[in-house]
Amino acid sequence: MGDLIVFLVLISLGYGFGKWNEASHYKSIDRREKRLVYLPTTNSRKPLGENGTVQRAYLVSGSVVISVDYFKRILAGLRNLFGGSVRSYETLVDRARREAILRMKESCPKAKQIINLRVETSSIYKGRKNQIGSVEVLAYGTAIEYERG
Amino acid sequence: MFTTNTEEIPGKTITRCFGVVSGSTVRAKHAGRDLMASLKNIFGGELKGYTELLCESRDEAIERMKSQAKQMGANAIVNVRFSTSSVAAGAAEIYVYGTAVAAE
Repeated sequence: MGDLIVFLVLISLGYGFGKWNEASHYKSIDRREKRLVYLPTTNSRKPLGENGTVQRAYLVSGSVVISVDYFKRILAGLRNLFGGSVRSYETLVDRARREAILRMKESCPKAKQIINLRVETSSIYKGRKNQIGSVEVLAYGTAIEYERG
Repeated sequence: MFTTNTEEIPGKTITRCFGVVSGSTVRAKHAGRDLMASLKNIFGGELKGYTELLCESRDEAIERMKSQAKQMGANAIVNVRFSTSSVAAGAAEIYVYGTAVAAE
């Protein structure tokens, strides 16, 4: 009985906080993506478009570790029984990737373009029974600055 | 020292190639961070302690790679790649490698 109560408390805490957390994170991602829309990011090897002489090119990166909440983890566990797409983890990795790319862009305010973007995902924390607890995303690329003229 | 993850450095020409250089770090999280992380596993959200940890170890790995390139006499590293893995429970490895070159 005691176990059940703990379980229900954890699930409702996870549901409430997790939902609030995700909503506010998405809001912040949307806002920052709009602000950084001037900085094109491509995964091509060479700078796109004629923009003048390159003054500086350097490595930039951004990373984030995000955890999924208890409620979603249980939900994903249920999904394992029935199969199908695991929506709760889809939003987790989506948030993590967009956040990492945003951090990378924010780290180089002077750049005019970021080329050769690579995104690396891994789970560094494995919870009990090897369930994925959190994902780590590392985004990196080459920032380009042009000479003024 | 220039570092890029493209094969060439835009705006510069590569004059000499020195070969592959690499750097790696393995870092463990301390108990306090682990406690916060297990709380976050209930509520969801970013694990700031781990993000910081990864940033620090990434910077250190890059520094090690750069000092190796400097010893060779290179002034740039191209085609840099990162790879991360968890070696043991509670420890994360970051490995960074690239090609040391001389560029003008």
